[in-house]
Amino acid sequence: MPEYRWPDRNERQVLGKRVSRLDGPDKVTGKAKYTSDVKLAGTLHAKFLRCPHAHARVTRIDTSAAESLPGVKAVRVIQGPGKEVQWSLDDIAVVAAVDEATAEDGVRRIVVEYEVLPHLVNEDDPGNAGDRTKPASEQVKGDPDQAFQDADAVVEGEYGIPVITHCCLEPHGQVIDWSGDSLTAYQSTQNISGMANQFAQPLEIPAANVSIVQDHVGGGYGSKFGADSWGLETARLSRETGRPVRNFLERDAELFVAGVRPSGFARIKVGARKDGSLTAWEAESWGTSGLSGGGTSMQVLPYVINPPNLRKKHTGIATNTGPARAWRAPNHPQTCWLTFAALDDLAAKLEMDPLDFYLKNLNLTERPDLYRKQLHRAEELMGWRRKWRPRGQETAGPVRRGLGLAFHTWGGRGHNSTARLVIDPDGSVSVSLGTQDIGTGTTTVIAMVAAETFGLPVNSIKVNTGRSPDYPRSGPSGGSTTVGGVCASTRRACQLALEELFEKVAPRLGAEPSELEAASGRIRVKAKPFRSLSWKQAAARLGVTPLEVTGRNISASRRASDGKLIDSGVGGVQMAEVQVDTETGVVRMKKFVAIQDCGLIVNEKLAESQVYGSLIMGISSALTEERIMDERTGSLLNGEMEFYKLAGLGDIGELVVEMWKDAEQDARGVIGLGEPPVIAPVGAIGNAVANALGVRVPRAPFIPRRVLAALQEKGGLYA
Amino acid sequence: MPKPKEPEAKGAHEVSRRGFLTGAGAVISSSLVAGTEALRAAPESSGTPVAGPGKVDITLKVNGAERAVALEPRITLLDALRFELDLTGAKKVCDRGTCGACTVTIDGKPAYACSILAIQVQGKDVRTVEGLAQGERLHPIQQAFVDNDAQQCGYCTPGFVMACKAFLDKNPNPTLDQVRTGLGGNLCRCGTYVGVARAVLQSSESRTGSLVGEGRNHA
Repeated sequence: MPEYRWPDRNERQVLGKRVSRLDGPDKVTGKAKYTSDVKLAGTLHAKFLRCPHAHARVTRIDTSAAESLPGVKAVRVIQGPGKEVQWSLDDIAVVAAVDEATAEDGVRRIVVEYEVLPHLVNEDDPGNAGDRTKPASEQVKGDPDQAFQDADAVVEGEYGIPVITHCCLEPHGQVIDWSGDSLTAYQSTQNISGMANQFAQPLEIPAANVSIVQDHVGGGYGSKFGADSWGLETARLSRETGRPVRNFLERDAELFVAGVRPSGFARIKVGARKDGSLTAWEAESWGTSGLSGGGTSMQVLPYVINPPNLRKKHTGIATNTGPARAWRAPNHPQTCWLTFAALDDLAAKLEMDPLDFYLKNLNLTERPDLYRKQLHRAEELMGWRRKWRPRGQETAGPVRRGLGLAFHTWGGRGHNSTARLVIDPDGSVSVSLGTQDIGTGTTTVIAMVAAETFGLPVNSIKVNTGRSPDYPRSGPSGGSTTVGGVCASTRRACQLALEELFEKVAPRLGAEPSELEAASGRIRVKAKPFRSLSWKQAAARLGVTPLEVTGRNISASRRASDGKLIDSGVGGVQMAEVQVDTETGVVRMKKFVAIQDCGLIVNEKLAESQVYGSLIMGISSALTEERIMDERTGSLLNGEMEFYKLAGLGDIGELVVEMWKDAEQDARGVIGLGEPPVIAPVGAIGNAVANALGVRVPRAPFIPRRVLAALQEKGGLYA
Repeated sequence: MPKPKEPEAKGAHEVSRRGFLTGAGAVISSSLVAGTEALRAAPESSGTPVAGPGKVDITLKVNGAERAVALEPRITLLDALRFELDLTGAKKVCDRGTCGACTVTIDGKPAYACSILAIQVQGKDVRTVEGLAQGERLHPIQQAFVDNDAQQCGYCTPGFVMACKAFLDKNPNPTLDQVRTGLGGNLCRCGTYVGVARAVLQSSESRTGSLVGEGRNHA
């Protein structure tokens, strides 16, 4: 068995290079086919009738007028009389018709009567929640009461961040094609290998009869792991009609029922000594994940910095709203903001530059040396020391500038993954995995790992993904676990294949297999590189039988023979500079600096894209994104993209990204990157706003109304 | 979004906005549960020719080719492209002219295909992302998108490419501020704007005379 390792830094030909993503040309020409682009002959279109009430019981449903409409091929009742519906826009019935417009006509002809029941849709004020609260038990560390008594400075504040949505541009959906007792699901998913069983069990067919197909996915961000109730209904419609059935959610349903992030609110008290050492923390937090209560998990509150004395208590609030799903770095962005807002207020009370406050308290983090170095580098890139002024001291004119910072952490250890590597006698190389490229560049990094190992050009490697069960199982793309998983399984498969190939060609080169290397498109004797075979000649030694091996990554394994291919645990520091108009309340991004480590960087261009994208997503969370519910009707008020706003190209200011790539990081192997940089933006921006204004805007997003309310000291969470 | 002009002379298969709205109004006022049959029953009181509500035969000129299709007058250009012509580059995201993922050009100007009826663009020159490359050779703005990693999941990319193409046709050498303003309306959830801005600036420098000329024909 080979010794699994990455080539030394100075020997790498491909790894770390700025290779353009291999599917780029397909994406810019429109050739890339997404699941929503799949067109099968005879396809029917499904449209759902959705409940208009936040909480209601279905008392009567009449589908006859829909069934008799020409072009309607099937109508299914999902929640019939007696069923209690717990959030608006939940599925009541579904119509399959020859085209979308006819299906919509059919939905309009279904008559449903409801008994409307009381609802709660807003959780920001727990005082209104009545019996909908689900308190968890209090957690205590050290002696918080004594610590607060001994503290030189104590501040208390309320902070919050509302429910936001995933807002995938390609809505959740699928095209389902039954044939006999087998089902093919063209599914928009970030979980190719985990999908078959989700269809098989409820539909009572063997999982082996389920095929999953996806070439490209238009965004997931944590919301596309499941087959979903609407996916199963689409499958039932296909079975019933004997035709392929297509379903993609409308935008309001996409925003409300297919993925939201839990909210997080907290009353926080913090205490420190005169020198800035943080000694005490107390938090009472609440939030919602929908009917389950929940809210942001406060296991990661306080965030990154662990005070010696703390007390915390969380209350989940059950609301009649669409259920939460994992959202890029679950819980971390919310608790990062809550923590860094409270600590920033404490630094202000101590009249300390927050940068000095955090440097003082790095001993309370898990990676003080890394954060210290990253803070100093970010400080240089931002010009923090030159620009920073104490809160509210930049008073010339109505437009104020401010600086803020926050930092974060994430795991990102590679998930379970199996890669099947085939070298054909004609020299062609393919690697197949049941993984998915959700836009992170997964297929490109797989090809780069194979190209590096074989000394071949990146574009000569055929990468097959997006099929189950055709390709071996690989984990879902969540938790930033994909890059480590697929790089490790691919590297192992390639090293194993190369070892076998060396054995086949060694006699021909008059050398031992161990004396050979693959480089520059040739297999050669290391000590005598002129004794070589071209890759094609070497592959021809296979005769008529392709060489096929599998490589595995087992996430939990820590055997020495695994080699040092992957690791877990990153830091990352971010600083924001904003400009706030005190007359209009508009916050504008000026500059954002992000320093990010992620172990060995496979492709620096794609790595930077992950960070830029995270910052932009974080800017939206900080400045515009918020699910708005009407308490009276229980309805979603901003179910369209002109009211559920995302930042555009003009809203992001100058972004400065620097990957942290010293030898120490490189030696750790590959670590996931998709999530960590999305964590700190709200904290950094929120603190920059407070620095600019001299007062805290306590609740994200920092929209004009809240900025103006804070300036008039009418702030608080409910502005 | 450019406001569609009322056609001055109507061909046999053209429909006026007013004529269409007369029919559509009948649906809205009759009943929430009414379907296309309300349209069928709508009286032609104005004397204006009304197309539909059933399928009508129209010809669309897309990427230089005449394409005959039969579709209901209520079908948008976007649905016609995607479902009738299998041109799936333009994407349906917001379906109401907010996000730009469905951007095509009509007579050289950028337009939201989700917010225009297919019957309105008869006789006009519709260009989609599929018509931009010449064979395997990418248009410079497409190549610049690839070089600058201006796509992640890629779902907004075709619309963004078309918006950038139309923007550059009008502003061959834009400043970064002009890029920020002129292309601020196309939304991306993965956050590819840095790559897009770089791609536009790269592409503006590398444009050849012939490509500028091609764009100018539609300006």
